Amino acid sequence: MPDDRAQPQPTERTQTLRLAGPRALTLDSGQVLDEVTIAYNTYGELNAARSNAIFLCHALTGDQHAASVNPLTGRSGWWDLMVGPGKVFDTNRFFVISSNVIGGCMGTTGPKDIDPATGKPYGLTFPVITIRDMVRAQVLLVDHLGIAELLCVAGGSMGGMQVLEWMASFPERLVSAMPIATAAKHSAQNIAFHEVGRQAIMADPDWRGGHYLTDGVFPSKGLAVARMAAHITYLSEAALQRKFGRELQDRATVSYAFDADFQVESYLRHQGRSFVERFDANSYLYITRAMDYFDLAADHGGQLSQAFKWLKARVCVASFTSDWLFPTIEAKRIVHALNAAAANVSFVEFATDTGHDAFLLNIPEMFTTFRGFIDAVAAHRGVK
Amino acid sequence: MTLRPELRIIADMVADGSRVLDVGCGDGDLLQHLAAQRKVDARGIELSQAGVNACVARGLSVVQGDADSDLADYPDSAFDYVILSQTIQATRLPREVLRQIARIGRRGIVSTPNFAHWRMRLQLLSRGRMPVTEALPNAWHDTPNIHMCSVRDFAEMAEGLELTIERTVSLSGGKARDVKPLSPRANIFSEAAIFLIARKDERRRANGGETTAAPSSAARR
Repeated sequence: MPDDRAQPQPTERTQTLRLAGPRALTLDSGQVLDEVTIAYNTYGELNAARSNAIFLCHALTGDQHAASVNPLTGRSGWWDLMVGPGKVFDTNRFFVISSNVIGGCMGTTGPKDIDPATGKPYGLTFPVITIRDMVRAQVLLVDHLGIAELLCVAGGSMGGMQVLEWMASFPERLVSAMPIATAAKHSAQNIAFHEVGRQAIMADPDWRGGHYLTDGVFPSKGLAVARMAAHITYLSEAALQRKFGRELQDRATVSYAFDADFQVESYLRHQGRSFVERFDANSYLYITRAMDYFDLAADHGGQLSQAFKWLKARVCVASFTSDWLFPTIEAKRIVHALNAAAANVSFVEFATDTGHDAFLLNIPEMFTTFRGFIDAVAAHRGVK
Repeated sequence: MTLRPELRIIADMVADGSRVLDVGCGDGDLLQHLAAQRKVDARGIELSQAGVNACVARGLSVVQGDADSDLADYPDSAFDYVILSQTIQATRLPREVLRQIARIGRRGIVSTPNFAHWRMRLQLLSRGRMPVTEALPNAWHDTPNIHMCSVRDFAEMAEGLELTIERTVSLSGGKARDVKPLSPRANIFSEAAIFLIARKDERRRANGGETTAAPSSAARR
């Protein structure tokens, strides 16, 4: 159903797809959702052959606003640098789709929505979702749009996990895939960081066992702490040192108290504060859980190469030297498995000190490489 | 784009439309040529990140990796040709690298500088120091070439691995000609040599002895 929100770019369309009826979406957990709403944006025009569609998968706290101003924050889209006229995902040539994941809080069905069975917000009665569930919902959307084959599916971090899941579960629908700054399984360290975030949320008295919406409160403090801890993992020691060092915030000497003396503290507090204005605490629990559960090899008899047995798509795996959340070794594991499956794979590692978030940043070498990859794929598929 | 002479000879050894892995593909000149002119399904492995990025930006399928550690990941007979140009002397375990090349490729095309070239022999004999030539310009302490061999050495190693050398091309003074791999003349006058090799079982199969089906991994492409 079209939505009449402001359209900052002439080619952008913000829409929602509502699927209703018994078993609209069956989940990995065995539970079903009878009513599902998928909020999505599209950029550019689908060509007559329906061969120029590119699906972008967002990361943990991303949304469908890949290249348009986010109406909630007023900030530009998370992949604004990559998507648009003349950019890597050139909206003059390609039809770009991005949807909010299932379990999210930006319009797609998630724990803050009303459970049709009770008339109250789901809260913790929302079923636990997986990366594959997110991809299943995306497939429903792609079906709805009448697209049999995606020219490319791309995403970083949790978006990259979704790309890997597409490659394993829906290989016949992909011409190419770009899993970026990601891994085929969530590591113990990454699960550990997520658990710290979840415990921070649940320790907030205003979380109320997940019923905060019914009670008219919000666990802002807990969610902010979760974001602060997570944000550290998105950067690198070198980047923190370069940006902040030991510089003090608005003062000449330390205060001998627990104010935000240091710039890095002030920065993190700001990150926490702004995050709680745009993100739902229960969504954070559910989505981090989905990442923790991700283990593509385990889903395929313990052998990652088996996951890619049917893959014919061209793949471009990318990692960043200073990313310690999804380090290059994880990308190499994916590449080794793809090689063992005789898949058509490219692998690039970009040198940067900006950490995991690098895939969202302005790295000209990355743009050049990705553009070369996607242009070759388009030429191969006959997309002008 | 013009290929350097050695790469042109290597390219001519490759059948049109085949599957090729170029190990140490640099900026991808050979792969680009094979993909564009010869309809080859071209893949590469390159150690330098700059080389890999350049290749992917050109639309080539290249992964970062090296011959010593990353060939083991590929399935048997995944490629029709595996190319290793002027690189085997820089690997840690040349014999294992050659074995892997023969395993994952139906054919291997390997080129190597010849340490038994007469200029090398003369320099070593007359000066008593490790030779430095135009083709091999590094001093002994800063050369990447840690496992130098002669044409004969390579031919004997291939024989020891049960490999057939189907062609040997000697390179000298900008000229190329076919030679016998164990020819003493070739061992003296080649600056470098290019070998086209095959596993003995692969050769029997190619000669029509058996009608082995291509492995599923290769057949899918």
